[in-house]
Amino acid sequence: MLNYILRRVLLMIPTLAVISVLVFTIIQLPPGDIITSRLLLLQQQGVDVSQEAIEAMRARYNLDDPLYLQYLRWIGGFLQGDLGYSVQFGQSVNHLIWERLGYTLLLTTTATLFAWLVAFPVGVFSALRQYSLLDYVATVLAFLGLATPSFLLALVLMYLGYAWFGIPIGGLFSPEFAAAPWNGSKLIDLLKHLWIPAVVLGTAGMAGLMRVMRANLLDELGKPYVQTALAKGLHPTRLVIKYPMRIAINPFISTVGWLLPHLISGAAITSIVLSLPTTGPLLLESLRNQDMYLAGSFLLMLSTLTVVGTLLSDILLAVVDPRIRYE
Amino acid sequence: MMTQATPPRVEPDAGPDLAFASQWRLMWLRFRRHRLAMVAGVVLLVLYFGAVFCEIIAPLGAGQRHRSYVLCPPQEVRLVDAAGDFHFRPFLYGVKQRGNPSDWLREYVVDTSVVYPIHFFTRGPEYEMWGLFATNWHLFGADEGAPLFLFGTDELGRDLFTRILYGSRISLTIGLVGVALTFFIGILLGGVAGYFGGWIDIIVQRGIEIIMAIPQLPLWMALSAALPAHWPPLHVYFGITIILSFMGWTGLARVVRGKFLTMRDEDFVVAARLAGTHELKIIFTHLLPSFLSHVITSATLAVPGMILGETALSFLGIGLQDPVVSWGVLLQKAQNFQAVVMAPWLLLPGLFVVFAVLAFNIVGDGMRDAADPYAN
Repeated sequence: MLNYILRRVLLMIPTLAVISVLVFTIIQLPPGDIITSRLLLLQQQGVDVSQEAIEAMRARYNLDDPLYLQYLRWIGGFLQGDLGYSVQFGQSVNHLIWERLGYTLLLTTTATLFAWLVAFPVGVFSALRQYSLLDYVATVLAFLGLATPSFLLALVLMYLGYAWFGIPIGGLFSPEFAAAPWNGSKLIDLLKHLWIPAVVLGTAGMAGLMRVMRANLLDELGKPYVQTALAKGLHPTRLVIKYPMRIAINPFISTVGWLLPHLISGAAITSIVLSLPTTGPLLLESLRNQDMYLAGSFLLMLSTLTVVGTLLSDILLAVVDPRIRYE
Repeated sequence: MMTQATPPRVEPDAGPDLAFASQWRLMWLRFRRHRLAMVAGVVLLVLYFGAVFCEIIAPLGAGQRHRSYVLCPPQEVRLVDAAGDFHFRPFLYGVKQRGNPSDWLREYVVDTSVVYPIHFFTRGPEYEMWGLFATNWHLFGADEGAPLFLFGTDELGRDLFTRILYGSRISLTIGLVGVALTFFIGILLGGVAGYFGGWIDIIVQRGIEIIMAIPQLPLWMALSAALPAHWPPLHVYFGITIILSFMGWTGLARVVRGKFLTMRDEDFVVAARLAGTHELKIIFTHLLPSFLSHVITSATLAVPGMILGETALSFLGIGLQDPVVSWGVLLQKAQNFQAVVMAPWLLLPGLFVVFAVLAFNIVGDGMRDAADPYAN
């Protein structure tokens, strides 16, 4: 087991290295850089910037160095915990990123839990009572959930929240708590706000998981060993819990690895719609302004989050299914 | 949704010609039994029909502004008038504005004293059909100045129904073009990896894993932010398509790779190889046809992701931009809270996105059932 985990962790390193190169390349793709987009803004405001000042700025951010040097400097700093400097905000990226990453992690974890907690029982029930009313309802809702983009769901909820309850939905905190230090009532306020984006975000994943669980369990239920066990007089409930469900849950766990990138993707856009203090809105802004260290750090951090999440789901799968760890 | 309710089974007494039916004909027979997938297929055909003939079906021009009808709610086409009498010719009532016209909070009320009959095959705003010839024929229309806004208007007074139709042309084709590209890359890389195995396989596999490890939307956002702002719309369209395919090919490549891996040692392939058949000929005449149906099914199921991708990017304002009309561009108007509360009909393009994606998913499901020769 330890061997398996170690091997997987080691395999993660080259993956992340390639991703970092990819991210850096993508960040460099747009023509121009933060200084040129800054200059454009200043010129629009009628401010004249001397050529020397521009040169000085470019030199300060090492923008004229060859690309591989810029990359090495960036990734070197990254490994030492220095994520670079955001020209746009005039702050170090470290200041901007951690809290938002924390909220993203919180949001995606809550959404995953929601997706699991709903998908598991409903999926099992759908399979056990195939073609029952609840099965049909669940199937219809699953298809709808898969087809609805998360931002649309957020918009609709926003509208309904206003039309039915007269409250604006959005944010993670009520205004009076946003800047307040952490305490019990702030936590409760957070939980009050958190469930809406979590439901919005988790819906698509939940729909997918529900279908997976249903299909898996149906596959298992049709196998001869279930017949045999029934014929031998094993109680149906005991039987289902003891054998088919345990096998059916395997793909369920492995899909968590697939769920996570989806959730992080969805979180980006949902957060923009619901104006949550997560990574999404800031990532969009930094991409628009070519604030490359900020955008790059976000992309790399989100990818790392995904890779680690996939790893965790793989380990979980290995715990549950011995066949995998001895392969 | 009733995937399992109507098991796609071909009856044994379906006729003697069934024994000689081709693989595709068998699939079609099975698919036809999947009632919901047939319905979804028809929905898709209708949507695409609308996209192809949007100029004729739309009563107004896509960029046409109706300055006196800004943010006008959807208007009802009626057959029964206010007095309760039935009319064979559908008609619209006029609308009157209440409140200050310069105010954002204007209100529209139905004015039953003004009646606009709806004409079919009538002349309306001029347009260029498929960029070939100019004409002004429309499927239906009403007199100049009629509030013929089936889905309401946006903040510039443009008819949303017309714009949704025009938008479907881009939103629905971007998925097809993207999938065609995905298809090409996926089959090529997946096929090479699965057929030759060894280090090529390892490289392709690692590549797929790495691309899958990057969260899709942030990567899409980064890539489309990289599209030059001065590009003409057509370039942006293809740029977005390429960006969407850049991520999308991985799933298909996995399917193809898996199929090649299992099939390359099948007896008929070994026989062909022993007979001295060229590798490429084996791939294209023996291997590909045997699982093409699966690949097409995967491709169908990949279209919704592309549609959603375009919608999301345009919605965020980093995909297609306003003079171009797509469902995502239209949804941009519904981005803020006020707009959604004041003019909820601006969310209607989203309904079309859901419809299209739903239909593709169900058709794909039906195709998967139909393509599986061992189902029932």
